[in-house]
Amino acid sequence: MNVLKRWLNSDVGYSFRHSPTAMLAAGMAFICLFCSVFAGWVAPTNPFDLATLELSDARMPPAWLDGGSSKFLLGTDDQGRDILSALIYGSRISLVVGLASVMLSVVVGVGLGLLAGFRGGWIDALLMRLCDVMLSFPAILVALLIAGVGRALFPNAPESLAFGVLILSISLTGWVQYARTVRGTTLVERNKEYVQAARVTGVAPLRIMFKHVLPNVMGPVMVLATIQVATAIITEATLSFLGVGAPPTSPSLGTLIRIGNDYLFSGEWWITIFPGLMLVLIALSVNLLGDWLRDALNPRLR
Amino acid sequence: MLAFILQRLIQAVVVMVTVAFIAFLLFQYVGDPVVILLGPDATKEQVNLLRADLGLEQPFFVQFGHFLTNAVQGEFGLSLRQGAKVSRLIAERLPATLELALVAATLALVVGIPMGVYAALRRGTWASQLIMTVSLLGVSLPTFLIGILLILVFAVMLGWFPSFGRGDVVQMGWWSSGLVTVKGWHHIALPAVTLAIFQLTLIMRLVRAEMLEVLRTDYIKFARARGLSNRTIHFGHALKNTLVPVLTITGLQLGGLIAFAIITETVFQWPGMGLLFIQAVTFADIPVMAAYLCLIALIFVVINLVVDLLYFVVDPRLRVDKAGGH
Repeated sequence: MNVLKRWLNSDVGYSFRHSPTAMLAAGMAFICLFCSVFAGWVAPTNPFDLATLELSDARMPPAWLDGGSSKFLLGTDDQGRDILSALIYGSRISLVVGLASVMLSVVVGVGLGLLAGFRGGWIDALLMRLCDVMLSFPAILVALLIAGVGRALFPNAPESLAFGVLILSISLTGWVQYARTVRGTTLVERNKEYVQAARVTGVAPLRIMFKHVLPNVMGPVMVLATIQVATAIITEATLSFLGVGAPPTSPSLGTLIRIGNDYLFSGEWWITIFPGLMLVLIALSVNLLGDWLRDALNPRLR
Repeated sequence: MLAFILQRLIQAVVVMVTVAFIAFLLFQYVGDPVVILLGPDATKEQVNLLRADLGLEQPFFVQFGHFLTNAVQGEFGLSLRQGAKVSRLIAERLPATLELALVAATLALVVGIPMGVYAALRRGTWASQLIMTVSLLGVSLPTFLIGILLILVFAVMLGWFPSFGRGDVVQMGWWSSGLVTVKGWHHIALPAVTLAIFQLTLIMRLVRAEMLEVLRTDYIKFARARGLSNRTIHFGHALKNTLVPVLTITGLQLGGLIAFAIITETVFQWPGMGLLFIQAVTFADIPVMAAYLCLIALIFVVINLVVDLLYFVVDPRLRVDKAGGH
């Protein structure tokens, strides 16, 4: 409680309390996060429990339309699964993949960026050329390619490996931005007095890098990471929609949209539109939160 | 300037060789072609014979050299899934994707630039506010959702446009065009709009921002002082100077268009290269993936090169800078 109180009184907390958009976005993001973490309790049914599924419940419209039932608030899909429950479980998978891939790309990107900025020389030149090449191709193309190679290498991969490849393919396109940002800040920081002082007193280079320089370059990284969560979730959804993402046995939002897309023409729009709305809601709230954080942490705008 | 062009050319070649090397590694280490061609029951002699036949016994770099020579001639072997030549498969699908990308790019420019100019000149009016708000939505909606929504509204509910395929296609030599028939235009409408929306919002926001920037400069104030008409100032002076960054972004986005066409083509079952690539990815069809990778890289490299060179044509300051600097 005390920590929360102190945070609310800090600069960032003040700006948060005075930004309705940020509070709304944080509220939405919190609800999504809460629902997906406690999906087992929040969701009305367990959509993966085959025993409870009844084919007679299949393709029911949302509760407020003719033929809808109050048992299935947002209707059911082709196998009689409750859309609302599938959506809650699906956003759990989307969030986990999104967060995991952002974390992985932060670790890789910050590490390589620190190394490039701190050491300079040929390591720096090589890493930055690599970044240039990566940036000249759209992220979705690189992710698709890695997902495809993963598929070719492990044709009958178990589910956990499929998710590993998915997370890897998203994070391998994401690290570039962190590396570039961190390298730029590190170049500035490494000539500052506190680094020189540490050097003179004989602190090991690795320790300077992580204990002294790293905390000072993390500000922009946090902003970037917040916005990248939204990008990663959308990339995951796109990959899953294209059929190379989350396996159908544990569908993410993108997989749900892909499945529902087949029923669009027979008029059963709710199977695909509700997961789509959920995706937009998550991405939008994370994006708004990231925008606010960027403004709040930017001293020039204060 | 010659040195600059040469440097860019070398850079382009390096990128191409790197991409070709990655494609070659795919061939080498993902899926053994001998096993695929002979099946699991082949004898040891058969395997060795085929290995020698395919040149798999040769040193690594000799094999890479062979791969490069073949790749330059557009030869990537047979598709593992369809059994047809990869070069032919891609040539068949290329026109569909290029037509889609071109129509989308034209749409984005023709609608995006005027909207951006309007939003900058009439800043603060409700119409320009509306344009900006809608554009924010366009940036945050994923492409495939835009496609699905368009299908739902215009194909399923209203029934105005077809939702899949190219419609009537006319064969002109090796190029199959859907743009010469009414039905073809009917079919391209929804996919092109889907593909264009992201680029459109991007171009519009860019033109608006650049325009606002330019309108504050001294030479615009001076032009006003000379008593030139608003029309001449806005379109003769200001717009012309905003076009450099717009040109860059549009050029670079053309490659993005082709990449995003993968998504659009999947949503609308548009028979282009993107759909071919997605099928190759789902079935781990390495030759098709490698060929697509090389082709896309080539397109990207060429576009980057052309944009760099166009800078010199559009912005005379660069010519002076480079010539005087070195």
